[in-house]
Amino acid sequence: MKKDLLSIDDLSADEIYRVLDTAEAMREIGERPIKKVPTLRGKTVVNLFYEPSTRTRTSFEIAEKRLSADTLNIAVQASSVQKGETLADTAMNIEAMSPDMIVIRHSSSGACNLLSRICKSRIINAGDGLHEHPTQALLDAFTIKQHKPSIEGLKVAIVGDLLHSRVLRSNVLLLTKLGAHVFVSGPPTLVPRGIEQLGVTVATVDDAVRDADVVMMLRIQQERMQGAFFPSLREYYNLFGMTTERVSRAKPDVIIMHPGPMNRGVEIASEVADGPYSVILEQVANGVAVRMAVLYLLAGGVENEAAA
Amino acid sequence: MAVVLDADRIGRTLTRIAHEILERTRGVEELAFVGIQRRGVPLARRLATLVSGISGTEVPVGALDITLYRDDLMRHSIGAQPVVGHTNIKFSIDDKRILLVDDVLYTGRTIRAALDALLEFGRPQSIQLVVLVDRGHRELPIKADYVGKNLPTSLSQSVQVHLLEIDGQDQVEIQE
Repeated sequence: MKKDLLSIDDLSADEIYRVLDTAEAMREIGERPIKKVPTLRGKTVVNLFYEPSTRTRTSFEIAEKRLSADTLNIAVQASSVQKGETLADTAMNIEAMSPDMIVIRHSSSGACNLLSRICKSRIINAGDGLHEHPTQALLDAFTIKQHKPSIEGLKVAIVGDLLHSRVLRSNVLLLTKLGAHVFVSGPPTLVPRGIEQLGVTVATVDDAVRDADVVMMLRIQQERMQGAFFPSLREYYNLFGMTTERVSRAKPDVIIMHPGPMNRGVEIASEVADGPYSVILEQVANGVAVRMAVLYLLAGGVENEAAA
Repeated sequence: MAVVLDADRIGRTLTRIAHEILERTRGVEELAFVGIQRRGVPLARRLATLVSGISGTEVPVGALDITLYRDDLMRHSIGAQPVVGHTNIKFSIDDKRILLVDDVLYTGRTIRAALDALLEFGRPQSIQLVVLVDRGHRELPIKADYVGKNLPTSLSQSVQVHLLEIDGQDQVEIQE
């Protein structure tokens, strides 16, 4: 493993499998009467969240505590101060107290890369702007692997707001690296130009979902939308919402995923979200094990450090 | 490279240990085997089968991985973290007489880690240690209760245990 986990591109296919295998072992710890191992005793982990987050922050904190790390949460809401300076300053101040790892979520793409340059601490990207959310993609892969014999060769449909989604980017990088066929679909205004270069096929929602092994829905991120990308939520639901009727065109053993938080009745129908194909809550449960694996593997020595 | 135990000897040694365990144990119902990953696990399974076969009472078996309890984790700034194996103890260890099984007893550090790991699962009545080979050179005050073979070694030698379930054949050898 490299020093930091900023992007799925920091991991080779072998390293991705190592994270998933380690997560499999970590999952058992959560089923014990005493859900704690002494592995990261004496290590300090700072959770630096510049954006609201329930799932990711809770998940990281539980993972850190189960590994016996000392954790510290800094919930900074978006500040009016110029972003670059503030972040660099904060980073240097935290670094001065020599933590071992910093988990960062920020609304600006590349915020974690800035920290990576400033800090000796290991940096874990918990979502940066429109860029990446690598631990989400890892937990999604872990969830897929629990239901499918292999990720290689699977047809994965990703439907929704492709433009504002860091979950999409990390998932596409990971899934194509492991040999899945990824089809993406969304309103033309929310399909980033040149997305085919990531090795995905842009398709209509029906073509994407037809015979899919996995359907992954993305949230409509209204908080990031400046301007109107589609006429109404109702029309969006009619054209792209995952309904029981649409799901019926996928493979009979399809699994339906969503990174949360869900907009019921917008990108996904409640019958689908709560239905038999849904693995949405499994994704949340798996998040803890996958983040334990990432924390454990990153806490070791640096292997193939690229010129930093 | 010298073979110190062949498949036949390993089989007979395990049978002898199974008999010793029964000889020294009152109440087979309270017994449970826990193998230390990786090669302690198949050894624990074989011993459990032997003990169950002789006594007619089914004895539970669990697997314990001690990686996350090692005392040498993160002491080096270079190199990958050791691979974490699977722990799988499906029964309650409370008030059980646990037989902890490993292939080689050496410094004793693995056993120290295993004791810490195991005690997180409950409070057994007792824990006893079973090893196929004791090669000496302890760094901690730990002693096995059942030993397959005492094997005097020098620090420069290494003891390799091969088991059918993992390596395709049963054999213990010393390498210089």
